[in-house]
Amino acid sequence: MSLLHIAILSPFIFAIFIPFFYKGFKSIHTGWFTLILPIVLFLYFLQFLPKVGGGSSVIETISWIPSLNIDFTVKVDGLSLLFALLITGIGSLVTLYSIYYLSKEKEQLNTFYVYLLLFMGAMLGVVLSDNLIVLYTFWEFTSFSSFFLIGYWFDREKSRYGAQKSMLITVFGGLSLLGGIILLYIMTGTFRISEMLANVDAIVNHALFIPAMIFILLGAFTKSAQFPFHIWLPDAMEAPTPVSAYLHSATMVKAGIYLVARVSPIFALDQSGLWIWLVGGIGIITLFWGSFNAIKQTDLKAILAFSTISQLGLIMSLLGVGAAALHYDYLDDNIFMVAIIAAVFHLINHATFKGSLFMVVGIIDHETGTRDIRRLGGLMQIMPITFTIAFIGAFSMAGIPPFNGFLSKEMFFTGMVRVLQMDIFHLETLGFLFPLIAWVASVFTFVYSMIVVWKTFAGKYQPDKLSKKAHEAPLGMLISPVILVSLVIIFGLFPNLLSDTIIAPAAQSIMPQFIFDDIHISHWHGWKSPELYMTIGVIVIGALLYLTAAKWKRVYRLFPEKLTFNKLYDALLPSLETGSNLFIRSHMTGFLRSYLAYIFIFFIGILGYTIWSKDAFTINRANTAEIGIYEIVLALLIVIGCVTIIFAKSRLTSIIALGAVGYTVSLFFVIFRAPDLALTQLVIETISVALFLLAFYHLPKKFRHEESRRFKLNNALISIAVGVIVALIAISSYSTKLFDSISKYYVEHTYDPAGGENMVNVILVDFRGFDTLFEISVLSIAGLGIYGLIKLRMTRRKEG
Amino acid sequence: MKSSDVILQTTSKIVFFVILLFAIHLFFEGHYRPGGGFVGGLVTAGAIVLFLLAFDIKTVSILLPFDYKWVTAIGLLISILTAAGSIVFNVPFFTHTYDHFHLPLIGETSLHTAALFDLGVYLVVVGVTMTIIQTIGESE
Amino acid sequence: MEILMAIIIGILFASATYLFLSKSILRIIVASGLLSHGAHLLILTMGGLKQGAVPLVNKEGIPVTDPLPQALILTAIVISFGVTALFLVLAYRAYQELGTDNMDQLRGTEGND
Repeated sequence: MSLLHIAILSPFIFAIFIPFFYKGFKSIHTGWFTLILPIVLFLYFLQFLPKVGGGSSVIETISWIPSLNIDFTVKVDGLSLLFALLITGIGSLVTLYSIYYLSKEKEQLNTFYVYLLLFMGAMLGVVLSDNLIVLYTFWEFTSFSSFFLIGYWFDREKSRYGAQKSMLITVFGGLSLLGGIILLYIMTGTFRISEMLANVDAIVNHALFIPAMIFILLGAFTKSAQFPFHIWLPDAMEAPTPVSAYLHSATMVKAGIYLVARVSPIFALDQSGLWIWLVGGIGIITLFWGSFNAIKQTDLKAILAFSTISQLGLIMSLLGVGAAALHYDYLDDNIFMVAIIAAVFHLINHATFKGSLFMVVGIIDHETGTRDIRRLGGLMQIMPITFTIAFIGAFSMAGIPPFNGFLSKEMFFTGMVRVLQMDIFHLETLGFLFPLIAWVASVFTFVYSMIVVWKTFAGKYQPDKLSKKAHEAPLGMLISPVILVSLVIIFGLFPNLLSDTIIAPAAQSIMPQFIFDDIHISHWHGWKSPELYMTIGVIVIGALLYLTAAKWKRVYRLFPEKLTFNKLYDALLPSLETGSNLFIRSHMTGFLRSYLAYIFIFFIGILGYTIWSKDAFTINRANTAEIGIYEIVLALLIVIGCVTIIFAKSRLTSIIALGAVGYTVSLFFVIFRAPDLALTQLVIETISVALFLLAFYHLPKKFRHEESRRFKLNNALISIAVGVIVALIAISSYSTKLFDSISKYYVEHTYDPAGGENMVNVILVDFRGFDTLFEISVLSIAGLGIYGLIKLRMTRRKEG
Repeated sequence: MKSSDVILQTTSKIVFFVILLFAIHLFFEGHYRPGGGFVGGLVTAGAIVLFLLAFDIKTVSILLPFDYKWVTAIGLLISILTAAGSIVFNVPFFTHTYDHFHLPLIGETSLHTAALFDLGVYLVVVGVTMTIIQTIGESE
Repeated sequence: MEILMAIIIGILFASATYLFLSKSILRIIVASGLLSHGAHLLILTMGGLKQGAVPLVNKEGIPVTDPLPQALILTAIVISFGVTALFLVLAYRAYQELGTDNMDQLRGTEGND
């Protein structure tokens, strides 16, 4: 257990103490207590920066399930560190922000922070695990902790809907990811990513390579809300805004990006081009579709949701296009590497500007009571600080200088334009689509960025449409977004602060085949660069479109509501429910008899088939004991007893018959040299009869109910078959002795060293004492159960 | 179950102790002859049931003022502690030991930790059986 | 002898199964009693019958019957007693609360749970 493991597990441990703190210190906001952890973790991870600088990594292992090759291996390299810093850094800011956002009087803060910490720990686990099974475990953990966070206001119908939707879609993806992981294991015999990288060649040429890739991509695409799985993200906006800022800008949705980046060194080598087309293509479609849909939204948070979808698509497409670099030889100055650098850079930038924008929307919602842009407007004078933050964030998102979004957007254009120079996998014919769609999507991005700022802050202030009197947010709420936008400006002006410290190591882990050093991010590429004209075009056309939005917005009516993926999901879910309900109802009738019949029929079927197929039935009469007159009489007694019970009409008759069978069995024990059993059986039978008689006092007098002839016939058939099968088993098991009896040891050691003479008793209390210990435990539980069944009701009645 | 059968009550008083003695005999015999905690416990329970038949539950609970749930718990505890006791002597869980002692009145005899474990079994069996019978009998 | 026992075990199992499938809850409890008798005899028969003396240590070295099945059965007897008692109380409580001992009416479907 190293410090790194403790760092991953610390949120889980911390979460245990949250409820106690909440109970104990009602006057202090629980968030202050929670805040300590992400800050400490952030500082802890910061000190790894110099260690991973040269592309090296830190690995710590503790064994978990060694027999299955599953160890809790933690690996810190550039990519993991980048994500760990994002998770803890944004986590700190979001926690700070939530202290002012969630009122300690109205909200269940203990549950909120427990969920938040669980989520944080799970995310850290995802990005730091080297073992894919461990990664998968944490991956599912993020799915359901985010389920809790999205459904935090569970009394709202929409929250529950959104939480369920995200859960279903991401868990579906998670299962697919597990499938992919298992396929990778079949190919390599290891779950560790770093060991898989060592024999990449074996994977690439394996028949399961393509299925594994598709399974893993399904996992990544569902998590990162890629088209067409993006539908869960807008509905997840029902979560409290700090959650949206955290999960849906910086962390959870980027887990899919992380996964794609993490497995890139393996799958980017794909010789069929499927990886480039899937990751790049789906990414660019998502980029377009998200930005296009963002414009028609009226809820600020919905705009940001679609914007997040689109930005995730952007990063994804860069990862896809960047993979092409591996198919070209010139290693040190490969022009396609820029896409990977852009992906990493934009990942950081997106977290900063989108995080701040989400917080701004939270502030607006908090201070005005609405997020609807039709009711907002003119807040510029009332909320100047918030406006400034929104302005910087949105302009960075739109890709306008001098903010960081501009830089990564330019690099994105560079990466996309260079696709034109590729001549593999049909990129020479269809590759032009990448820069084209990228540019069109950027125009839409510009338009919705403008909508976010100007529709909210410019225009006419409409106090009558707001439920609250608008005013500037409290200082505490502004701290986190201010820190984020300062980063937007700092990274915008001095991008090379990041380039060697974190971007290069992260890109190095995505493409270990290359050497990323001496990355220089510049603002100016000269008059001849196409990026310049693309950016100018985006601004000019975007501004035009924004101003004429009212006229062309009719375009959206061309898309029929009925054909959306949302409708498909909504239609699929109820039919799935009714379908499975019907299926279950068809055989789960609620009658105990049906279930017993299933059990017995399966018993007959499986055992009968095994006996028949293995030819297991044998009779060995060599060593059988002789039959005496006593035995025949006793056997007859048992048969008579059984028949009496079956045909008895009164309960007393049946109990006496049952007792008779029991006593006969104990006589059998006497004959078969088992005095202990005979004694016990005798006494038990006596007490049992007394017990039955006692219970009869409370039970109905009738022993049987009317049963139809068919009912009886069916039962008789099943029971005769069971009897025959058991008899066959009894005969065969006696006749075949595959192994020597293990009781030889017991027989020989009863006197020495166990110091007893009665072997049965010595076995019970000494050799197999565990059996007896558990047996008396079970017996005690049964006794307590009976006591509870009878007594608890009495006290309830008294209270009632 | 109010009963005033004088003959039954008088005999059961005597028979109860005979059965109890037999039960104790069975319990101690266990390691060497047929018998042991299970049978001993059951026979003891049988003796008490006989008492219940002769008298009513209230009288018996005055005559034998035990809370049988406690008897069960103590029995379970004795068994587990006997099993766990071996850990203190740095031998595996459930290791039993015995030795020969010279006790006053009884003379040369062997004392066995397994008997202690069996005592737990005995108490659990008595406790559970009586808990069951008593609760069913008491409920109206 | 073993074959005779096998037939008896078969009869015990068959009657128990038949009773299990009937409607009355009391018959089901009786069935569990019969089933455990059958199972005990089955275990004993599997180990071989009358293969030697009573399983006590004897100085003469006479072979004894297999003590292990006996130990297992002893445990099983006591457990089945506990289970029977629990069933009985369960049946009686169910009868008290729900007013029926007919398994067809004791269906655990919606509305009842």
